[in-house]
Amino acid sequence: MRVKVLFFASLREQLGTPGEELELPGGVATVGSLREHLSTRGGAWASALEKRKNVRAAVNQDMAQPGAAIRAGDEIAFFPPVTGG
Amino acid sequence: MKVSVQREDFDLSREVKAISGNGKVGAVASFVGIVRDVRMTLEHYPGMTERAIAKIVEEARGRWQLADCTVIHRYGPLEPGEQIVMVAVASAHRGEAFAACEFIMDYLKTRAPFWKKEERPGGTAWVEARAADDEAAERWK
Repeated sequence: MRVKVLFFASLREQLGTPGEELELPGGVATVGSLREHLSTRGGAWASALEKRKNVRAAVNQDMAQPGAAIRAGDEIAFFPPVTGG
Repeated sequence: MKVSVQREDFDLSREVKAISGNGKVGAVASFVGIVRDVRMTLEHYPGMTERAIAKIVEEARGRWQLADCTVIHRYGPLEPGEQIVMVAVASAHRGEAFAACEFIMDYLKTRAPFWKKEERPGGTAWVEARAADDEAAERWK
């Protein structure tokens, strides 16, 4: 399935991209598995998305936990903990 | 209810006046966040930001009797002394207005997708999230 992935703030800078559309292999159906899938690209992807890093996510613009399901056409965003206000 | 994510500055007194007109309003509590000592740039997630703030306001309305509420948060480059964010809550009595205003700010700090990047003498740096902000939001649970 095809999804849109977005990155913000320090994560966007580390990865060198604000996001992309990509085709997911079968078996990648949750936020957590998408994160793992992206980290297998190695380099900055592996270090920015590694497990111990505090990375938050949203699915279709709602905060989401790693177990949240993703579906074709979804917009999934990854970002560091927020610091507004 | 008004939620605005904008580049431009805002006028607190005008916003307070706009939610005070209703004859049932006996109290307006407001908060303004200001840039301290360093220049910064605020990034946000367009679309989600407005949505996240609207959800926080909805949650506040479920907890307290509110007559009206305005939340404005700025993004883009900001200089020391500039206003970043304002929350103004109108209700019949002060207790609800004070509580809801603080609740909205505490939740906004941990749930609205904004990120501050500061220009420090040694270079620019993304601001780290503070545990104290998480704790402030937790106490409303």
